[in-house]
Amino acid sequence: MVEPRTPLAWALHILAHGVLLLGAIFMVLPIVWMAFTSFKPPTEVSLWPPRILPMEWTLDNFRGIFEDAPFGRFFLNSLGLSLTATVSVCITSLAAGAIFGKYKFPGRTVLFMAILATAIVPFESYMIPLYLQLISLGWINTYQGMVLPTLFMSFGIFLLRQHISSAIPTELLEAARVDGASEWWILGRVIAPLSVAALSAIGIFAFIQAWAAFIWPLMVANEQELFNMELGLTAFQFRFTADYGKLMAGSVLSVLPMLMIFLILRRQIIESVALTGLKG
Amino acid sequence: MVGRLVDASNVWARDTFSRGNWRLILFCYIVLAPVLALFGYVRMGPIVSSLVLSFHKWDLINPIKPFIGWSNYAELLEDDNFWLSLKNTAIYALLTVTLSTLLAVPLAVFLAAKSRLSAVYQTIYFLPVITPMVPMSIAWKWIYDYNHGILNYVLSLIGIPAVAWLTDPGIALYALIIMGVWKVIGYNMILLLVGIRNIPSTYVEAAAIDGAGGWQRFRYVTLPLLKPILLYVLVTSSINAFNVFTQVYVMTLGSQSAPGQAVRVLVFDIYQNAFQYFRFGYASAEAVMLTMIVLGFTLIQFRIARNKEGQDG
Repeated sequence: MVEPRTPLAWALHILAHGVLLLGAIFMVLPIVWMAFTSFKPPTEVSLWPPRILPMEWTLDNFRGIFEDAPFGRFFLNSLGLSLTATVSVCITSLAAGAIFGKYKFPGRTVLFMAILATAIVPFESYMIPLYLQLISLGWINTYQGMVLPTLFMSFGIFLLRQHISSAIPTELLEAARVDGASEWWILGRVIAPLSVAALSAIGIFAFIQAWAAFIWPLMVANEQELFNMELGLTAFQFRFTADYGKLMAGSVLSVLPMLMIFLILRRQIIESVALTGLKG
Repeated sequence: MVGRLVDASNVWARDTFSRGNWRLILFCYIVLAPVLALFGYVRMGPIVSSLVLSFHKWDLINPIKPFIGWSNYAELLEDDNFWLSLKNTAIYALLTVTLSTLLAVPLAVFLAAKSRLSAVYQTIYFLPVITPMVPMSIAWKWIYDYNHGILNYVLSLIGIPAVAWLTDPGIALYALIIMGVWKVIGYNMILLLVGIRNIPSTYVEAAAIDGAGGWQRFRYVTLPLLKPILLYVLVTSSINAFNVFTQVYVMTLGSQSAPGQAVRVLVFDIYQNAFQYFRFGYASAEAVMLTMIVLGFTLIQFRIARNKEGQDG
């Protein structure tokens, strides 16, 4: 930023910083408000005029959600489903990315174009036939049914192909072949270790997306034992409409892992978003 | 540089291919097979099926699923719920995309300079993007609460009477738009910010030496060079906005105070036709319409991008 020189420029400079700060408060306020409400006793939740900070901090809301509803179970379900999606997306993206990036075989262009072209079709527009397929598999109300559409990510394949074809020199693979390495060994011991950065970016995204999954679990999981956090929260909302203290406690439980991931891997996540924007 | 590497790999690949190395081709297909099977089963298959389904009368109860041609589409065009949801979704998309982009551009310009403060602001503005939609919808529902919501409290301080944010049919859509802007602004900001940083500083410096002021540098140097990314931001956020569902479901449906019909959006209409009325063929026709809209946006982007290239060349 250029240092302002005139009084008018200074005034504008200060104004801009003020607006920036106000905007930042607007951004964090819903999250902060949610967090503080979760620590308030019921009498304080509906206090008028409202106060941001609890007067008396309590963990009763958090205790409550584990006693009134199986939020522990929901949390573990979310964790299991998201980790499965992450592992599967990483493996499929690496395998297909390596093959499309470094090998030539009949059908390569057609197959890659098919994967790329279907990437823009929104999930909501093909979820109905997928649901019918699930019925014929007998996978309604199962974990495998819930996780199925999150196992594969077109964008992951695209990103890994991009990375592998441009950042890993073909000479390296040739050298390994000359030394008698098999293609499997090259895939696992040369390409995979050199793709860790791209893979972890894709893995983070797969995890975040799977964690927030809602419409598909809403269709597939009708039994409470299978609910992820998002479904659990929604169902909880039906039952405890007025109990915002507990609702906020449940919400905190769903948001917290994402916030932790973001604060730890902030730079990497922001860079990956920038990358998807410019290369997608 | 990248181009050269890709060329080199192609030359190598052609050599091995011409040697008739069938084992290498076999290896490719063995590695790809599980991925392609998954792709076919969860992506390609359902996309084709939704098209086929849309031409059939398909419900869960009746075992006979006759081919009915364009009937589902014809019925859709007469369906008030479809038009209402299309209208609501279009208003939601138009306003969310316009507002979030208009706010993200100055934000990105201001934060483009690398500094510690800029990094802090980027983190804060990006936070909503990373938070899951369901808990944040519940939090916003609490903010919008008629009796105890903090928003109505703030408004009451400046003398504005309480607003029924989510239960007044004329206002609920705009309440959703405010939240939509809050959620997406950080994403747009990051994309634009990278775009600005990628503009060679010599361009901006040259303009400054020629005596261009801050606004002129933005208007005649930064903005024209930012156009491709601006276009990308507009198209991706329009596509995302057309798929709006979760926040509508959580904030305006489901609870006792919900008006139900207040904000009918396209994906909700699809969801209801399929999973409450079990009209899978009809819902598929509606889903195909959604795909067409998204495809339309993408084609517009390609078109403009190509025209731009044509002019430059």
